[in-house]
Amino acid sequence: MHLNKSMARFLSNFSVIFSLLFFLNPNLLHAAWGLNMTQGVTPISQDVYNMHMTSLYVVTIIGILVFSVMFWSIFHHRKSKGVKPAKFSHSTTVEVIWTLIPFAIIVALAIPATKLLARMDDTSKSEITVKATGYQWKWKYDYIDEDITLYSNLAADSVDASQKNSGIDPKTADNYLRNTDTALVLPVGKKIRIMTTASDVIHAWWVPDLGWKRDAIPGFINDNWTVINKEGIYRGQCAEICGKGHGYMPIVVKAVPEKEYLAWVQETKLALKSKKDSGDKELSMDELKSKGEAVYKANCLACHQANGQGIKGVFPALDGSPIATVKTRITEHIHQVIYGKNNMPAFGEQLSDTDIAAVVTYERNVWGNKTGDIIQPKDVAASRKK
Amino acid sequence: MASKDIYFVPESSKWPIVGSLALFTSFVGAAMLFNQSPNAKYVFIIGLAAVIYMFAGWFSNVITESLEGKYNKQVDTSFRMGMGWFILSEVMFFAAFFGALFYARVLSVPWLSGEGHGVITHQFLWPEFKASWPMSVMPNPTNFTAFKDTIPAFGVPALNTLILLTSGLTVTFAHWALKKGQRKYLCAWLAATVALGAIFVYFQAGEYHHAYTELNLKLSSGIYGSTFFLLTGFHGFHVTMGAVMLAVILLRSLKGHFTKNDHFAFEAVAWYWHFVDVVWLGLFIFVYWL
Amino acid sequence: MSTIAHANHDHHDHKPTGIKRWLFSTNHKDIGTMYLVFSLIMFFIGGSMAMIIRAELFQPGLQFVDPQFYNSMVTVHALVMIFGAVMPAGVGLANWMIPIMIGAPDMALPRMNNMSFWIMPFAFALLLGTLFIEGGGPAGGWTMYPPLVLQTGKAFPFLIFAVHFLGISSIMGAINIIATVFNMRAPGMTLMRLPLFVWTWVITAFLLIASMPVLAGAVTMLLTDKYFGTSFFNAAGGGDPVLFQHIFWFFGHPEVYILALPAFGIISQIIPTFARKPLFGYASMVYATASIAILSFFVWAHHMFTVGLPINGELFFMYATMLIAVPTGVKVFNWVATMWKGAMTFEAPMLFALAFVILFTIGGFSGLMLGITPVDFQYHDTYFVVAHFHYVLLTGAVFALMASVYYWLPKWTGNMYDEKLAKIHFWLSTIFANVLFFPQHFLGLAGMPRRIPDYSIQFADFNMVSSLGGFAYGISQLLFIYIVIKCVLGGKKATAQVWEGARGLEWTLSSPPPYHSFTKPPKVTKALMDY
Ligand code: HEA
Ligand code: HEA
Ligand code: HEC
Ligand code: CUA
Ligand SMILES: [Cu+2]
Repeated sequence: MHLNKSMARFLSNFSVIFSLLFFLNPNLLHAAWGLNMTQGVTPISQDVYNMHMTSLYVVTIIGILVFSVMFWSIFHHRKSKGVKPAKFSHSTTVEVIWTLIPFAIIVALAIPATKLLARMDDTSKSEITVKATGYQWKWKYDYIDEDITLYSNLAADSVDASQKNSGIDPKTADNYLRNTDTALVLPVGKKIRIMTTASDVIHAWWVPDLGWKRDAIPGFINDNWTVINKEGIYRGQCAEICGKGHGYMPIVVKAVPEKEYLAWVQETKLALKSKKDSGDKELSMDELKSKGEAVYKANCLACHQANGQGIKGVFPALDGSPIATVKTRITEHIHQVIYGKNNMPAFGEQLSDTDIAAVVTYERNVWGNKTGDIIQPKDVAASRKK
Repeated sequence: MASKDIYFVPESSKWPIVGSLALFTSFVGAAMLFNQSPNAKYVFIIGLAAVIYMFAGWFSNVITESLEGKYNKQVDTSFRMGMGWFILSEVMFFAAFFGALFYARVLSVPWLSGEGHGVITHQFLWPEFKASWPMSVMPNPTNFTAFKDTIPAFGVPALNTLILLTSGLTVTFAHWALKKGQRKYLCAWLAATVALGAIFVYFQAGEYHHAYTELNLKLSSGIYGSTFFLLTGFHGFHVTMGAVMLAVILLRSLKGHFTKNDHFAFEAVAWYWHFVDVVWLGLFIFVYWL
Repeated sequence: MSTIAHANHDHHDHKPTGIKRWLFSTNHKDIGTMYLVFSLIMFFIGGSMAMIIRAELFQPGLQFVDPQFYNSMVTVHALVMIFGAVMPAGVGLANWMIPIMIGAPDMALPRMNNMSFWIMPFAFALLLGTLFIEGGGPAGGWTMYPPLVLQTGKAFPFLIFAVHFLGISSIMGAINIIATVFNMRAPGMTLMRLPLFVWTWVITAFLLIASMPVLAGAVTMLLTDKYFGTSFFNAAGGGDPVLFQHIFWFFGHPEVYILALPAFGIISQIIPTFARKPLFGYASMVYATASIAILSFFVWAHHMFTVGLPINGELFFMYATMLIAVPTGVKVFNWVATMWKGAMTFEAPMLFALAFVILFTIGGFSGLMLGITPVDFQYHDTYFVVAHFHYVLLTGAVFALMASVYYWLPKWTGNMYDEKLAKIHFWLSTIFANVLFFPQHFLGLAGMPRRIPDYSIQFADFNMVSSLGGFAYGISQLLFIYIVIKCVLGGKKATAQVWEGARGLEWTLSSPPPYHSFTKPPKVTKALMDY
């Protein structure tokens, strides 16, 4: 008797869960309850989505068939109904059949999958090439033919809100954890080749709307391509565990019409040039400190923490550290930032002299480090030459 | 209890837990050594001593039981299966390192120099790098030790091949002698095997010395040095263990522990020795020669 | 610990007493008991870490733990669950049941058996100890990919040695099982009469012997890369970080079947018992298991579709992976056919077994989807994968283990467990395991990567549902402990047969069985094994 009850409960519970998941929420109105893979904005992403749906339907149908037989049996072939168990224990015919049918289904799935894979593999005839390099924890983008190099960090408001017990509601941050200070700008309708690699550990470059992700492996380059059909901003993030900041290295692709893209290229080239040339200017303590704070937040905070305490045993504290407080060690401090050391990455390439001067000045004048030291861009430039 | 129809199930024994504790201590000691913790040496040495103590104690138990005639044919079969599958697990351990060697030679090194699938890797990251095997110039030479030369196959390694193959023969002769009940020959052939094993290890140590001091071939010599030293190093370690085991068997033979029909311990060690031999052939062909 | 300590009055047994009985044991039942208790403890430790994970993921923003510690929880949770909970539980069951299922006096190598067990607590002392040292525990994921894992601080050598240590234990355990099954069967217990649980374990033991040493090799290379300047996994010296992944998954994929095959065996024992009908397609079950085991060595790179393998490699591994669905399907169909026209009752072991068939299959389905390379480019490293493997691991392997505990607990203790509470435990577990893991499919499809401590707002709702399910599932497991302890302490006396429909040698022995089960080998006839 309790069997009836348990079966009834079994079914009702299952339906409760599923209705809970499917209906309780206005998921179609409220984007947050997205249930399925995105169809994306490229021809490939559409095909990937279709392949996903095909396999989902196939397994759903198999599941319904198999489980129906099972539930039929559960309801009708029970001891409490007074049935006598049958004695049969095998049947070569059915066993062969249910080996061959799944095999056929698999072949049927494998054929379109093979074709799709072959298409995804073909990077030939691309018009623009970008190299994406993963760093702990940011992305660098090199536009191969344009002499443009960008670094893309987690946006500052997300950094603030993501601190432990920050007291800031993540909802108030613009696209919390999925927003960067610099986007990867790409033209629509062009075949773009995206090469992935990394400088320290393995990362993975992933924007769901493009339909694929690819690992970025230090010492090797992987080749990929995409054609974006629709203007818009597409967000993704690093998809391979890469240490503490793995959850904090988003990717933002901004797809714009070709004309706009070309204009952006010119603009960016000029901006980068002027940034490089700003080396001789003298800055005031306040200028350095406020700039330094921003640089620190984007580049150093992930390891050394907002309070400069680091993480014991992993990342050293800068607050009170001799290298950041003793006057005679200023050069060493600058050096460490330019060239890195052991598990600390080198920043010389990605930060300008001004940035480094600012962040070093900042580190020597916040928390308990009240040294009053001022480091100017030219000091950094001098350090680089050594 | 000593009846031959009953499968011998030993009484409770302290050795397994002593062994676990000993290995634990050694591992902690070794980890502390890597972390440069104070007193690591002592922990490590105590651990190793305990491991040796455990082996001595455990095996002397087994030997006593064996001499008391507690093991019937079926127990013997269990031991044989145990040893056989243990050796297979060792084979798989070496397979991992051979796998690494083949992967490097066939895939990663050629990719780095732009073959096949590695075109852009080569173009953008290692434009200077040219694949070769042995690979004496690394993709990025800093931090790695470029070696002057490798150890040619047809020198000491070939001699060592001969030595090990001969030792495989001598151990087989020892086995034949044992089966015929000729203890004197048994001991003589065994002694010869141990000696050959020792000579092998001695030569191998000489080669390492030569590699480190004259050829500048080191563990840090890129993937060539890595695979070379790990493969030959683990093999050398196994030869050493095998030789020690053979020496123990020799002592036991001198004491007359083995009979014509009942000498599993001897055979187990002989199998192990053959296994070490076969691995060497693989090494000689793929590490030194080809 | 003393599941069978008190209820045993057979005065032919002279068994050691006190702590020495456990420390120095050579008795397969005592060692089996220790394995099972150890596994349960580890399940709770690993589960507590999972609770920390779910608590942190309850809502966006960082509330409880630092990201580094979060990663370390994920890593250690997985290692503890896989190597500490599920594998030892399987070995414990093998220890307890295989000798009595095949009519042997004990395991073939009883002293080694003890060592296989006692290594486990020490190995986990090495691993869990790192959580308390400077710099914290390993945090690079249970897959230990370089170069990230090489950034581990002082925990690094402890992690490596713990893995070596566990490997030694597993290999010794596997050797023992093979020797027992091939050498210790009672007369008449032919190979094709072996209970399926025994068959699946033999095959699992082969997998262990062939795969654990490879893992040992892989972590040894990590060790030398970090401390001795080798460059196996460093392109600058001619190596390749991906090489590690190949070696790791050559071990890792067989490993997941090491977790799954004994579960298949358990289910194949339980369903016939409660359907009162012989297992359908015994021979094809054996062949299917063997095929799965063999295939499992040729599919490893399906974990690495996104690393950029040459396309031919990707195709090969895609086909091989999809092929595994065929023998697994055979097993599922055979179970269903066993139920067909049976006379079923639904005690707790059967309920768990039924849930296993459904939920494992759902996990298998998502596995098949993951096996389709071009689509895995989207699924990979998202919660879709997390959902997949918890379906096969939790509602698969762990559910089968729960089923086996209810199935054999009366045999072990001599007492019936509380059926009513067990049913409640079943329903709570089944419902909440689904609330916990089903939404993770949606999270993955919506684009949430795995191994992140904090996430973007759009993932908030399902994470909350999942966390609630997780807490409820976790609390429900306290009931399990209660049921087990209650049963050990007393209850309705169990008969030797225990379950009406049970067949096989283990049911010919008293419940609990005497300390030394079969000092004289029993005679096994076809009738004894059949219906
Ligand atoms: C018990 C453990 C277990 C089991 C049994 C499986 C079973 C399977 N797994 Fe799973 N898997 C894991 C544990 C397991 N897996 C783990 C732990 C990971 C993640 C590791 C990590 O990264 O941390 C993982 C990851 C994983 C991936 C990598 C995903 C990624 O990272 O991108 C893939 C890809 O192919 C995969 C595939 C499969 C397949 C095809 C099966 C098949 O064996 C399933 C076969 C079963 C069925 C298909 C259902 C029954 C069949 C029928 C009813 C017949 C008819 C069906 C059809 C014709 C479709 N698994
Ligand atoms: C057999 C293996 C196994 C088992 C049983 C489980 C069980 C569980 N797992 Fe596990 N998990 C893995 C193997 C397993 N997992 C693996 C291999 C990974 C990948 C790791 C990696 O990425 O490297 C993973 C990763 C993983 C993640 C992904 C983390 C990430 O990627 O960031 C999550 C998140 O939800 C999770 C949750 C859970 C939960 C809630 C359970 C629950 O089922 C646990 C239930 C048990 C208990 C809760 C214990 C008993 C109860 C108590 C202790 C009482 C107290 C209870 C309360 C306070 C509520 N697991
Ligand atoms: C990926 C993590 C990481 C990031 C990001 C990082 N550091 Fe570090 N930092 C480290 C580590 C690890 C060390 C310790 C290096 C060593 O001595 O082995 C360190 C050490 C230092 C030291 C020396 C402290 C001492 O007491 O020895 C200074 C100064 C420093 N970092 C400054 C910076 C600055 C400035 C930035 C940003 C521009 C930065 N770090 C970003 C990881 C990081
Ligand atoms: Cu970069 Cu994860
Ligand atoms: Cu797998």
